[in-house]
Amino acid sequence: MELLEQIAKELESGDDKAVGSLTRSALEQKTEASIILNEGLIAGMQVVGDRFRDHEIFLPDVLLAARAMNAGLALLEPLLAESDTPARGKVVIGTVKGDLHDIGKNLVGIMLNGAGFEVIDLGKDVAPREFVETARETGARVIGMSALLTTTMPSMKEVVSLLKSEGLNGTVRTIVGGAPVTEEYARDIGADAYGFDAANAVERVRELTN
Amino acid sequence: MKHTVDIPVQDVVPHERTVLRAMGVPRDREPGEQVARVLEEARDELRSLARPRGIYAEVSPRDFARIYRGDGDNERPNPLESIFPRADHLALFAVTLGAGVSDRIPDLFGEGRLALGATLDAAASESVELAAERLQRVVAGKARPKGGGAHASGRGAPDARTLRYSPGYCGWNVTGQRALFSTLGPEEVGIRLLPSCLMEPLKSISGVMVTGPVEIHEFENDFPFCSECRTKECRARIQSLRHEAPGIRMPTEGNPNGAA
Ligand code: B12
Ligand code: SF4
Repeated sequence: MELLEQIAKELESGDDKAVGSLTRSALEQKTEASIILNEGLIAGMQVVGDRFRDHEIFLPDVLLAARAMNAGLALLEPLLAESDTPARGKVVIGTVKGDLHDIGKNLVGIMLNGAGFEVIDLGKDVAPREFVETARETGARVIGMSALLTTTMPSMKEVVSLLKSEGLNGTVRTIVGGAPVTEEYARDIGADAYGFDAANAVERVRELTN
Repeated sequence: MKHTVDIPVQDVVPHERTVLRAMGVPRDREPGEQVARVLEEARDELRSLARPRGIYAEVSPRDFARIYRGDGDNERPNPLESIFPRADHLALFAVTLGAGVSDRIPDLFGEGRLALGATLDAAASESVELAAERLQRVVAGKARPKGGGAHASGRGAPDARTLRYSPGYCGWNVTGQRALFSTLGPEEVGIRLLPSCLMEPLKSISGVMVTGPVEIHEFENDFPFCSECRTKECRARIQSLRHEAPGIRMPTEGNPNGAA
């Protein structure tokens, strides 16, 4: 089996040690870091994402695969930074102001990362202005916001309004999610998209960035 | 009067199957070797970090009516507004696993131990529900004294059942926690309510335990807000009242079959 294919396979089975050592071998064979990333790691994670979406595998398997991906990424990242390889785009994510719940947002970040997006995770309790400023400074194409409670959801609307008042609403798109958030709410506040789970989030962000 | 209760941690360690189900894994799916290892590690973390504690206080229907009204944001009509006036006994409650577990979860994510972090999160969510069930049994015991007879006050008939209801569910606005907290004072067991109505530590639950005849807990779920409800959890709760003994619980480590 070809090395890149092998990386993808080991990643699918969640073997972080194997992915690490195969990535090292690929680098020793002078394979370009961006090729290892796209044809090994992201290709493997794409299969994982599709199987998760189709309910063939479940969250624990996805997270083991994500950890394996990170083992490979850790070796590639310094080289990718040097070569300035364009990622699929940058996405700023965070849990909104007043909300401390971040597991859902973390899962979305992991899946977006696995799909090749560069994720800038602002953590939790993120003020509207911080989302907007970070998107502006980093050139991110999408802001993803998460909320657990109905009381913290209004902060999402503030981000959407702020983007508008700063004239960024055409360049920076917004996607919202979290347990109490609905498609209808997203529409009401003028967000560009809603994602009901992490796999769906990837699909919707792809649509927004295409 | 307020009562605080320390709950033994081994009583609130959820069964592996329960944790997997909470993570969306179907019942018939056997975990692979790696997943099984992570599950065991998560349950070990829970055993060493969780400090389950609860607090409860009986309230009169009149006081509860005020607390329930809260900031006036509840959906109307809603199920609880017609349940609690018919209850024999009402007790405000709050329960938590303590800060240790809730703090550990983001740390694990930060360390890149993603599967363990998510599994501990799911295990802790199930665990705090089990802690609430434990507390519910304590409250039920007070509301319905042993021997099956009615309370000296005439309340707590032998067929009475205790169920809990929480702000943020079924039309009771999540902001209702403000009035609940100012009466109950869950700070005593380490729970803080933030201005956004989020409780810290995250793995905490607040609400009211309602004891009364089976019928008062039964209702049709045709409220306008039910159309958006993903769980329809009330159906299973109501069904369990008729078919099972009071205080039925999910399987735990100390109680693998889940019988009360
Ligand atoms: C488990 C759970 C709990 C647990 C743990 C909570 C925690 N934060 O750790 C416990 C039992 C402690 C709990 C307590 C409470 N809960 Co609760 N809880 C849930 C439940 C069942 C699942 C939440 C969860 O952890 N899911 C797993 C994670 C991974 O999923 P997630 O966060 O939703 O994220 C996924 C998607 O939403 C999406 N997503 C998330 N973020 C983003 C962002 C973007 C950009 C995109 C595209 C997608 C996306 O992708 C993620 C991955 O698939 C939900 C109902 C439900 N079925 O969703 C209620 C729910 C969140 N709880 C609710 C409530 C009200 C409460 C309490 C206030 C009840 C009470 N009075 O005690 C407390 C509050 C706790 C606190 N600390 O303040 C309400 C909130 C709605 C509201 N009214 O505000 C919900 C929605 C239930 C309901 N009524 O429908 N809860
Ligand atoms: S359907 Fe859902 S919202 Fe409606 S009463 Fe039942 S649990 Fe509550």
